[in-house]
Amino acid sequence: MGRLSELTKGIIRENPVLVLVLGTCPTLAVSTQTGSAVGMGIAATAVLLGSNVAISLLRGVIPDKVRIPCFIVLIAGFVTVVQMVVEAYSYTLFQALGIYLPLIVVNCIILGRAEMFASKNGVAASALDAIGMGLGFTLTLFVMATIRETLGNGTWMGLEIPGLSGNGVAVLTMAPGGFIVFGCMIALVNKITKARGGEVRAEVDGCAGCPSAEACGKN
Amino acid sequence: MNELLVSVSPHIRDGATTRGIMRDVIIALAPAAAASVIIFGARAALVVAFCAVACPLLEAAYEKALGRKATAGDLSACVTGVLLAFNLPVGIPLWKAFVGCAAAIILVKQLFGGLGKNFANPAITARIVMLLAFPAAMAAWACGGGLFGETYDAVTGATPLTMIAQGNTGALPPLSAMLLGVRGGCLGETSAVALALGGVYLLARRVITWHAPAAFILTVFVFSALLGRDPVYQVLSGGLLLGAIFMATDYVTTPQTAAGRLVFGLGAGLITVIIRAYGSYPEGVSFSILLMNILTPYIGRLTAKKAFGGADA
Repeated sequence: MGRLSELTKGIIRENPVLVLVLGTCPTLAVSTQTGSAVGMGIAATAVLLGSNVAISLLRGVIPDKVRIPCFIVLIAGFVTVVQMVVEAYSYTLFQALGIYLPLIVVNCIILGRAEMFASKNGVAASALDAIGMGLGFTLTLFVMATIRETLGNGTWMGLEIPGLSGNGVAVLTMAPGGFIVFGCMIALVNKITKARGGEVRAEVDGCAGCPSAEACGKN
Repeated sequence: MNELLVSVSPHIRDGATTRGIMRDVIIALAPAAAASVIIFGARAALVVAFCAVACPLLEAAYEKALGRKATAGDLSACVTGVLLAFNLPVGIPLWKAFVGCAAAIILVKQLFGGLGKNFANPAITARIVMLLAFPAAMAAWACGGGLFGETYDAVTGATPLTMIAQGNTGALPPLSAMLLGVRGGCLGETSAVALALGGVYLLARRVITWHAPAAFILTVFVFSALLGRDPVYQVLSGGLLLGAIFMATDYVTTPQTAAGRLVFGLGAGLITVIIRAYGSYPEGVSFSILLMNILTPYIGRLTAKKAFGGADA
């Protein structure tokens, strides 16, 4: 796999949220406002970059049997750094994200990439993977929050949209609406990937149909 | 020369078709539709007609887009549209009604595979989606506006159940008004007489059985009386009669056996009274039917008939 595709695979083909279906909790919770959604995306990307690089560097040192606690400790360290930086430099974002900022520690995307990619690949590839996955996560959050905030609340980035504000479809800002938008976006991405690569999952046979099959290495 | 053909069961058929059954349901809904126009004015007819046309159109458009067999002609989408309209306040903006139609037909019905495969009643689920999507518009109850109304174009006010929930029992309409339906509420739910007329027609045509509606209404009656609330008033208010007669008898989303239908009605009645008495919403019929829709496969499994002479399953 070329260097460039390590970067771009996270955007559509192996999009962490819409194809791997990881990190659903922060995605649904934070995507009610575009501003905080982008903030969450950038914060998670920063943590992901740090943890992927660190874990890739330490992949020869960490014993296989205790790798998950080691990964979590490393990730928690980076999350604490990011949390303090956000609190210091962007207090409104810190308040908007609330509990979901420290919860990046248990964001499946980060642990998933550590387990699936960084612990098996070199530093440069892991860094590119982190940036690509972070980009995919941020873009997904941005698009989803744009849909939910404009149609649900009649605003975008907190700015009122003439004609839409006051006519919001309130359900879109609630959990059921989040799941509806989430489902529609998964359907759209499936449509795109299917159109590009032919019958992707026509015959899922064990690991062969999984988008992470190559990185996972089980097959 | 004479070839004998052996075909699998069923061997006994009657002429019932989806279209024929749905036509009967539409006929049964007609008195309530007429009552809504008399009570709430001409806009009621506009809302009902809009939903009755929008739902089949949405179904046809979706099936066309996905290259599926066109089924809008079986009238089931039309029934969904009329039932959804009956669950809306008369002043609802038409684009909001359209969002409701889309939720009913595309989200609840077609995404699960169309008629017969939807796990929940499309009209009732769309009503709940709209309740969450447009809380203000869905609670703007018009009182009057029709023949019995004052000279104003529209007057909004609380429904009887909202008045009870707020403890404002002094202004409640009398029982005669409740029977005829001259009260605030969704446009098709208010007239008990018209709804009962439709129910009797469906029973006479054997489109529905008495089990689910009777169990539903009786449970609300008894349980309300036990809680010290006026049982007759509780039965006549809200969407109970509409829900019990037309939605708790949906073929797709309610149990098939008599015992199962009794259990369905009992459960829906209990949930309705609990929501009315203790919940934050004044009315619980739609939620109770949706919750029992979800339980329907389990009720069906528990009340399944054992085949005669068959071994234990």
